[in-house]
Amino acid sequence: MLLQIKNLHVAIQGKEIIKGIDLVVNEGEIHAIMGPNGTGKSTLASVIAGREDYEVTEGEIVYKGKNLLEMPVEQRAREGIFLSFQYPVEIPGVSMANFMRTALNDIRKYKGLEPLSGSEFLLRMEEKKQLVEIQSQLTNRSVNEGFSGGEKKKNEIFQMAMLEPTLAILDETDSGLDIDALRIVANGVNKLRRPDNAFIVITHYQRLLNYVIPDFVHVLYDGKIVKSGKKELALELEEKGYEWIKKEVASL
Amino acid sequence: MPNDKDDILNEITNSDYKYGFVTNIETEFAPKGLSEDIIRYISRKKDEPDFLLDFRLKAYQRWKEMQHPQWAHLDIPPIDYQDIIYYAAPKVNKGPSSLDKVDPELLSTFEKLGIPLEEQKRLTGVAVDAVMDSISVKTTFQETLNKLGIIFCSMSEAIRHYPDLVKLYLGSVVPYADNFYAALNSAVFSDGSFVYIPKGVRCPVELSTYFRINAAKTGQFERTLIVADEGAYVSYMEGCTAPMRDENQLHAAVVEIVALKDAEVKYSTVQNWYPGDREGKGGIYNFVTKRGLCKGSYSKISWTQVETGSAITWKYPSCILQGDNSRGEFYSVTVTNHYQQADTGTKMIHLGRNTSSIIISKGISAGFSNNSYRGLVRVAKKAENSRNYSQCDSLLLGDKCGAHTFPYIQVENKSSIVEHEATTSKISDDQLFYCKQRGIDTESAIGLIVNGYAKEVLKQLPMEFAAEAQKLLAISLEGSVG
Repeated sequence: MLLQIKNLHVAIQGKEIIKGIDLVVNEGEIHAIMGPNGTGKSTLASVIAGREDYEVTEGEIVYKGKNLLEMPVEQRAREGIFLSFQYPVEIPGVSMANFMRTALNDIRKYKGLEPLSGSEFLLRMEEKKQLVEIQSQLTNRSVNEGFSGGEKKKNEIFQMAMLEPTLAILDETDSGLDIDALRIVANGVNKLRRPDNAFIVITHYQRLLNYVIPDFVHVLYDGKIVKSGKKELALELEEKGYEWIKKEVASL
Repeated sequence: MPNDKDDILNEITNSDYKYGFVTNIETEFAPKGLSEDIIRYISRKKDEPDFLLDFRLKAYQRWKEMQHPQWAHLDIPPIDYQDIIYYAAPKVNKGPSSLDKVDPELLSTFEKLGIPLEEQKRLTGVAVDAVMDSISVKTTFQETLNKLGIIFCSMSEAIRHYPDLVKLYLGSVVPYADNFYAALNSAVFSDGSFVYIPKGVRCPVELSTYFRINAAKTGQFERTLIVADEGAYVSYMEGCTAPMRDENQLHAAVVEIVALKDAEVKYSTVQNWYPGDREGKGGIYNFVTKRGLCKGSYSKISWTQVETGSAITWKYPSCILQGDNSRGEFYSVTVTNHYQQADTGTKMIHLGRNTSSIIISKGISAGFSNNSYRGLVRVAKKAENSRNYSQCDSLLLGDKCGAHTFPYIQVENKSSIVEHEATTSKISDDQLFYCKQRGIDTESAIGLIVNGYAKEVLKQLPMEFAAEAQKLLAISLEGSVG
């Protein structure tokens, strides 16, 4: 068991957003979390990554057998948690190469490994760029500076490839992407998939799930997982829309 | 790869101010205080010609009538000018003629500072003049330079060997009565560097002076004069450190640059004087007058400064653009942390036609510090078709520090264009979170973001300085967030 979320309740400024979530993610699995806007999908991603504005009022998250909520953000990252941001930030003047090298070497240091030499690092950049099919000029520029929406998302996938996380959370990485970019993102995920890592794919639409086949689909509504199933659930949602879920919840 | 993050991390975690040690070396002091007798003492010690003693005495007379400037956005405690020692010299006579005569203790001091003076260990491509307290300890690379007719020596040596050149240019850009601190410097300056690049010569190495205050209770008043003759080019770097002491020490330097027709001078500073401790105790008062004169047409002077040290900085490296089509540049990064105060900027005085200038200033404030940019762009009536572009950015880390911008713009003709842009920003929580989510710790993240912010200026620095400056920025901001 890689990640276990137990009865998680989360509030922002006193307002409860997540109202009791239970979720188990094992190595080798891809979980899709779907649901209408404003139901707590991104909040869940932020809480796992460790963003500070959120208050966990109840419940716990166990990651690799450790209490995740006690770990600072950077330690979570070094333990293999990666968040592909919905809105990646720009860091002017900092080259992607320098940014990635700093991150990689900080993670390696945490694991007691020697830093990568310049040439080892460049080799890895080349390899991963090819893997996720992104152009050179993207990595020569400053972190996300002046990137289009699609470029930013591809850049997130590139970073994911570089850092080889154990648990990657994709927070609406597919939103706003054209079909080609969507395919690049999906291929990235599929190529990086291994028996010892896992993905949580948060998405609004089913279309990404045509390319990334999830093992489990969960529907998040009003701060709770109201329905879980296999990949077919995503298709059903696409067909019937979220109104169907809302009605079903209301009838309970 | 430009920097090794692990080194930086180590330095961040292990050190506050790593140059704070004191060298135990026999030092000759002048009696404390300032008087005509002291000035005569200094002049006699240095075996100076009469014109220089005259210059000093005139400056002293004027200084006595002057008040220290009050207009800066600085809180300067009263300074007792009679409680300062104006001349302190490590005992090595009148400047060593060869390395054998340099005290090994001095050599090891500069070694510790990362400035090797021994010939075989010298940085390739950089000639170094090392100044400890009041005197120049050693100038390297002399012979190579001599062959090209380049003069690079201590000011004392220049006064002895090239009195005509010194007489011609000393005080020609910063007159002895220019301002309170310049007058004080003119009266008591002890040493510094002198550079002369002859006509048409492109200096093949970076020239560098390293200033070190060692002795307690002393002031450092160095004087640097750089002259680039027609068509000449030189890149000059200046670095400085001082021991950690509880008392404040005064550093009042003057730098003059003259660029004749078609000449270019690039002057880079990494200023890392002891900034005082976390409570604001001790540190150097850095009251410096730096000015360049673009005397000939198509001449160019470029100032690049990275200011991380000093308790108080008062400094405005300026350009007087006298020659037609001449150009002035000012690139600055100023970091203040804890209780440091800085009021720094530039003056671009456009006198000739078609002159141009650029000002890029990046202020970074943290802790309880105050960081002000003050800059004057003046375009005289005759300076037709002149251009200036100024960009002054401030970055705040925390909410107890201050960032201020005081631009002064005076344009006296209609054909010139002056542009000024200013921004103030904070390191956003989103940026920090993004970095940390990638496994980067807070200190490194701040280092990255700040270096990125300052990149436009850092890229102006010579290679030898750039890496050091990057590390310094990260270290100076240690403990500034969280």
